[in-house]
Amino acid sequence: MQLLIVEDDTATAAYIQKGLSEAGHNADISTTGDEGLAMATQGNYDALIIDRMLPNLDGLSLISSLRDRGLKTPALILSTLGEVSDRVEGLKMGGDDYLTKPFAFSELLARLEALARRNTAEAQETTLVVGELRMDLLGREVWRGGTPIDLQPREFRLLEFLMRHSNQVVTRTMLLENVWDYNFDPQTNVIDVHISRLRGKIDKNFDTQMLNTVRGAGYILRESQA
Amino acid sequence: MKVKRKLFHSYTFRLALLYALIFSSSTLILFYFFYLFTASYMTQQMDNTIEAEIQGLAERYDRDGLEGLTRLIAERVNRSQGTGNSLYLLTTYTLEPLVGNLDRWPLEASIDNEKWLEFSLEVNEQTNETHLARARIFRLPGRYGLLVGRDIHQLTQAKLRIVQALTWGLAIMVLLAFVGGLVLSRRTVRNIERINQTARSIMSGNLSRRVEITNRNDDFDQLAANLNQMLDRIQTLMEDIRRVSDNIAHDLRTPLTRLRQHMEEARRQVDSESISAISLESSIREADSLLTTFNALLRIARIEAGQVTTDFAVLDYRTLVEDVVEFYEPLAEEKNQFLTVDAGNTIKTMGDRDLLFQALANVIENAIKYTQENGHISVILSQLDNDAVITIADNGPGIPAEERERVFRRFYRLDRSRSTTGNGLGLSMVAAVVTMHQGQIRLMDNDPGLKTVMQFPLLGGVGSVDPPLAEAA
Repeated sequence: MQLLIVEDDTATAAYIQKGLSEAGHNADISTTGDEGLAMATQGNYDALIIDRMLPNLDGLSLISSLRDRGLKTPALILSTLGEVSDRVEGLKMGGDDYLTKPFAFSELLARLEALARRNTAEAQETTLVVGELRMDLLGREVWRGGTPIDLQPREFRLLEFLMRHSNQVVTRTMLLENVWDYNFDPQTNVIDVHISRLRGKIDKNFDTQMLNTVRGAGYILRESQA
Repeated sequence: MKVKRKLFHSYTFRLALLYALIFSSSTLILFYFFYLFTASYMTQQMDNTIEAEIQGLAERYDRDGLEGLTRLIAERVNRSQGTGNSLYLLTTYTLEPLVGNLDRWPLEASIDNEKWLEFSLEVNEQTNETHLARARIFRLPGRYGLLVGRDIHQLTQAKLRIVQALTWGLAIMVLLAFVGGLVLSRRTVRNIERINQTARSIMSGNLSRRVEITNRNDDFDQLAANLNQMLDRIQTLMEDIRRVSDNIAHDLRTPLTRLRQHMEEARRQVDSESISAISLESSIREADSLLTTFNALLRIARIEAGQVTTDFAVLDYRTLVEDVVEFYEPLAEEKNQFLTVDAGNTIKTMGDRDLLFQALANVIENAIKYTQENGHISVILSQLDNDAVITIADNGPGIPAEERERVFRRFYRLDRSRSTTGNGLGLSMVAAVVTMHQGQIRLMDNDPGLKTVMQFPLLGGVGSVDPPLAEAA
């Protein structure tokens, strides 16, 4: 991926850039809002990482200027402001995702990959296929191979999200925000329990395990066991 | 209505009543003595005149004998014909009238007993009208009795008038004192109510409210001005604290974030199975838990400061309760617990759904965490008048009665829960969210177990109970 980091704190910017390069991605850095806007307009980036508080031009204005110019490059907002209203405001101004500082790098990476992928494949599908798994979105049915799998509505949404982001790491907060649609912090491992329940339905009695846990990061639904 | 009830309970009203009472009784005493002295002076004056007259008559008798006396009395009787209030009677020892304007010797009087007496005097035979008369009996040397008196009808009338006047005066004065007290205390109550209203508004989170100051510059205005100054000071202090806590948050969070970043970088550079990796991972977890605690503290502070009420939107308590129970159901199942929900009807109101979800989640997480395996946890939503009531009951160990208030304090943990995970902020967060929604939270004995009752008033008048059928249609 080709990425742009607009962040005035050079230590954080360097940290993100280093992490991204370790993951095999290229990232440019800009430390001011106006420069960031110019770079985002000219360059061809897969996704933007934009700090909210920037010199010269704040992050939200940057994104809304980009959108005004018709540029749809996915933008992830980084901010210390973590209230729901801040998040809602960020998304309303044209941001595609919102991450509160401090964050785990794995969380940022997972979200960036999800964003970049959404940009390339945003078609209206009626069937999702990941390896042996097949999901009929209209008939609300799921099969693994030839075996029908019976899922509760929430399990269906959980699997749908995992299938849409197959072969990439999905974090717990991403699941909370997208599958449960509530912004809150559970103090317990309740997401793990939901995942292991789902795993019991799609992986039990099958030779290969598709739904895997990535330690310290989240989960990944793989087409086949690597 | 409310003002009226307050009026009678108000301190000033009782004070006004007391003043009216003291003032009236002292006036009553004053009036009493005034009457007493006036009346006795009037009687004394008359007695002196009678005394003098008797003296005169006795002297005439001494000088001119019976004949002279008779003549004088006849003269006097004649003279008093017009005014008609002087009474004379000269009798023989056997009370045979000799001269005078009295028909007969009064029955009450004895000739041997020289004294003052009062008796009824018939003034009009047709109407049987009687007047009161006062007279003195005097025994002349020889065998004659002399009675000199006055018809005191007018005097009595005058005294009566005085009493009447004083009574009316007193009555009007008591009335005035009472009405005055009433007006005074009503004004006081109104002034106090003005301050109370502001205080209530401030307690509900509107710290910028101030007590209204009139231009009368009275004691209440001075009180209001002092209160307002105090409130200004409190507001400044609170803003200072908020600023300081925000600064601390920022100043501490930034280096913590960097620390975490460095550890994560280091973690990526070492072999994932090495001992360094394991210790780095546990250090990252510690940093995360520090950051989580910090964020939770800041979040509670923000909620308590009422900064986030702008996120209120229409929500349905039934959906909320069902969602949170559905979210935690697998966790309960893992402990073989029965988590049941009875959400009843739709209850729509204004609120912050994410914070309410967080609050319910914290309570249910606690219930699952502390209730033993095979335990029961029930979540019930109901509507009570204009309140949504959410009851979360378990049959776990419960919380001792004396600890129930304390568990809402920041970082407070029961002794037995110190060994479990958690930061002691869960219930503080719940209390903050409940207060922000103007609700109440009570912890009760479920005998055995804990019953948490959260009661939220339906805000913004959107509360309604739709029958489930109507919603399906």
